[in-house]
Amino acid sequence: MSDVVIAGIGQVPVGEHWNTSLRSLAAQAIFAARKEIPDLEPESIYIGNSLGSMVSHQSNLGSLLADWSNLLGVEGTTAEAGGASGGAALRLGYLAVKSGFVKVAVVVGVEKVSDTNTRNLDRILSYTMDADHEAVPGLTPAGQAGLVMRRYMEKYNVPQGGFAGFPINAHANAVYNPNAMYRKAISREAYDKAGMVSDPVNLMDAAPLADGAAALVITRSDMLPKNYNHPVIRISGANIVTDTLALHDRANPDEFRAAAISVERTLTMAGKILEDIDLFELDDAYSVYAAIALEAAGFAEPGKGWQLAQEGGISLKGKIPICTLGGSKARGNPIGATGVYQVVEAVQQLRGSAGASQVKDARIALTQCWGGPASTVATHLLEMV
Amino acid sequence: MEVPRYWRLKNQRYALVGEVCPHCDGKIFPPRDVCPHCGQDAKTKFTFSGKGEVYSFTTISDAPAGYEENAPYTVALVKLQEGPVVTAQLTDLGEEPVKIGMPVEMVTRKIRTDEGDRGIIVYGYKFRPVMHQ
Repeated sequence: MSDVVIAGIGQVPVGEHWNTSLRSLAAQAIFAARKEIPDLEPESIYIGNSLGSMVSHQSNLGSLLADWSNLLGVEGTTAEAGGASGGAALRLGYLAVKSGFVKVAVVVGVEKVSDTNTRNLDRILSYTMDADHEAVPGLTPAGQAGLVMRRYMEKYNVPQGGFAGFPINAHANAVYNPNAMYRKAISREAYDKAGMVSDPVNLMDAAPLADGAAALVITRSDMLPKNYNHPVIRISGANIVTDTLALHDRANPDEFRAAAISVERTLTMAGKILEDIDLFELDDAYSVYAAIALEAAGFAEPGKGWQLAQEGGISLKGKIPICTLGGSKARGNPIGATGVYQVVEAVQQLRGSAGASQVKDARIALTQCWGGPASTVATHLLEMV
Repeated sequence: MEVPRYWRLKNQRYALVGEVCPHCDGKIFPPRDVCPHCGQDAKTKFTFSGKGEVYSFTTISDAPAGYEENAPYTVALVKLQEGPVVTAQLTDLGEEPVKIGMPVEMVTRKIRTDEGDRGIIVYGYKFRPVMHQ
């Protein structure tokens, strides 16, 4: 089995695309990715999308997007795993190319939230939790984060504002990212003044939901043309781990075991140790999840992940840079597309083309997206070869 | 809520009826017919006492469609005396602030009404603070 490499990347700026449909967003990202590697003909397209059938009233994107991106007839399927849909689509693409059955594949994450109003969107989002036992009682994804954050703060004596470092870091890194939704730095004062979404989660703790599409062309390393002019980026580690969907069904609701197991397996598969990682595009849908993701991966002891954000440990020059081009908080959170944006951004870092947001000498990147509170975790390790 | 689903979930939502595993005595909620602890068949009905304590809680200000009437409302993870944890709204909260560890007991309350006054009324479990003896 040969190496799987990322040959092309493409993305649409994250935001509110009133004039662009779900199918068009996806097609734009796919065209952009293919433009980087025009000689390779994709045989399959793997789509990450979570809410299409409910927000846009559109299912079977496999067929629709293959046609709409001028790939009529290729294999096409959608992977759905809530916020991990993008990572799940890449996982399928990876398996296909690694197996040898598919030589060139497109992986695209796409989400359109602006076709409906906020209250209806919140209702639809609840279905990514346990519909019968979490959504019916009135819980929301932000509510889940609130339950986790309250426990965490009490258990580890975290003062008010303990998580502010995460959104502050994310916004600082998005300033020079032309594809980010919010490109202004935010202050500690702005964090402290933010209104509550689900106490103690405030507006600055919660990544904004938005429209977006990002795509990759992945292939075998021996398929790259002789004149390929980008650094070769290999996917050296890939897996998905699941946990109970409902937070209340966890053996220990304070522990996000799936995230820890997923990183362990990814590192083992790639033959790497934690110290080798130069940057971590983690799931910061909520600031407390970013802290827990750092702990689960092993970058901080349980209960100390929030301190890394306070001490500058997560900045571009820090011990473990995260959200290097804005993360979900500032680049924006287009749910099913987020996992692919993370990979596109990691590739930009590894290529050295991240501009003012560049992590110096980045060679190995870890990307991880979650469905809910790490109910599904998709992790990938990318390295420059 | 769809009628078939309503009827399927009725006993759970009104009376906290779950299952007990005849092999390992594990208490199961919601019922799932196969024990998640030991993996064997578990179809014996078990009615939970309704007593538990607050494991965590949050106050939801941005309510989804259908729940706005009640907003802001408090949702908790309630650890039932018998072991399982459930997600439920807290109700009858007086002046006393909610705390992790607070003892609560189950009551059956209206969760939401679908489609205004003409729709199905969804009832289910909520939890209220236990009155001190």
